[in-house]
Amino acid sequence: MKCILFAGACIVLVLGFVLAANYYRTQRAEDLGFMAQDDSATFVRPHSPIRGSEDARVYIVKFTDPACETCAAFSPYMQQALNSFPGRVRIVIRYAPFHQGADKVVEILEAARMQGKYWETLELLYKHQSEWTSHHKVQLHRVWPLLSEVGLDVERLRTDVKDPRIARIIEQDLADGRALGVRKTPGFFVNGKPLEPFGAQPLAALIKAEIAAQYPPID
Amino acid sequence: MIETHEHDRSTAGELDPNWVLLFVGWLICAGAASGSLFFSYVMEFPPCVLCWYQRICLFPLVIVIGRGLFPLDRGVVKYALPLTAGGWLLAAYHNLLYTGIIPASLQPCTQGVSCTEEYLELFGFVSIPLLSLLAFTALAGILIVFNRRSLA
Repeated sequence: MKCILFAGACIVLVLGFVLAANYYRTQRAEDLGFMAQDDSATFVRPHSPIRGSEDARVYIVKFTDPACETCAAFSPYMQQALNSFPGRVRIVIRYAPFHQGADKVVEILEAARMQGKYWETLELLYKHQSEWTSHHKVQLHRVWPLLSEVGLDVERLRTDVKDPRIARIIEQDLADGRALGVRKTPGFFVNGKPLEPFGAQPLAALIKAEIAAQYPPID
Repeated sequence: MIETHEHDRSTAGELDPNWVLLFVGWLICAGAASGSLFFSYVMEFPPCVLCWYQRICLFPLVIVIGRGLFPLDRGVVKYALPLTAGGWLLAAYHNLLYTGIIPASLQPCTQGVSCTEEYLELFGFVSIPLLSLLAFTALAGILIVFNRRSLA
């Protein structure tokens, strides 16, 4: 009797774990509304900065490098997508700091996030990008003076950039980027679909197609 | 030991309430252990240092109490209660940190994952450290009651 109870409890625990794990994974994949069950985490990690409505079904994942000119050029399109499809689009930022020294800028960006000024700082860095990059190399000493413009506590920022969590975020994003075949920035995925061919027009078309698929027009 | 064996034999076939009590205690720690593994391996929350210390107390309890059930050994309290007490103290400290009663600057875990990072709030207030504290509290209660009852 006791043995049966005990064994039964063990089976229930193990079975419960497996079922709950399955349920959680399915639910998460469904919530994101896209992507193969096994891969969803590769696109969006819990640590990833996300903009846009929580209910949005279209995820634009952008693998970006703060020092990359094309990334800066594409930034306005992100805002445009949010404006054009309010509540239906989310922007996810992933890091692919391929330029030399760009990981240091990502550290600043993540430290700014701790102060709740992530998106302003990202915009600021893009806006002044030409001032702190030269010949595709980051001039870090030119980044710091810019930061007070968005009201960042620079002293705090200097300690926060050393947070080992940030290094892990960068590492994870680089690993995910590799897994997804991101070799150039920006690397876009709309609901898991890679942007192919690259360009502003194809990106707009891809977003539009995904909006139509996720929000079929009612007639 | 002799006492325990007699006790065990006399209740063979039907369930001894003391056994059931300890079994419930085992269910709590086994449930908590699988829950904590669920958080880290399925939900992929990285466990912080304090979480690890609590796990060090929690995981052996599953085996110690489980072993104490066959045959029912009231001496299990001797081994299980110190582990539970250790886990309870760590969980209590963790909750004080998490709720900000102890300032975060005093926390021992500035390296690695922050112990005050918010991962989960069930019903708006049940955090992972609180779940841990609840489990250790319930377990300590059960072990104390079990000890009294089996002495009587």
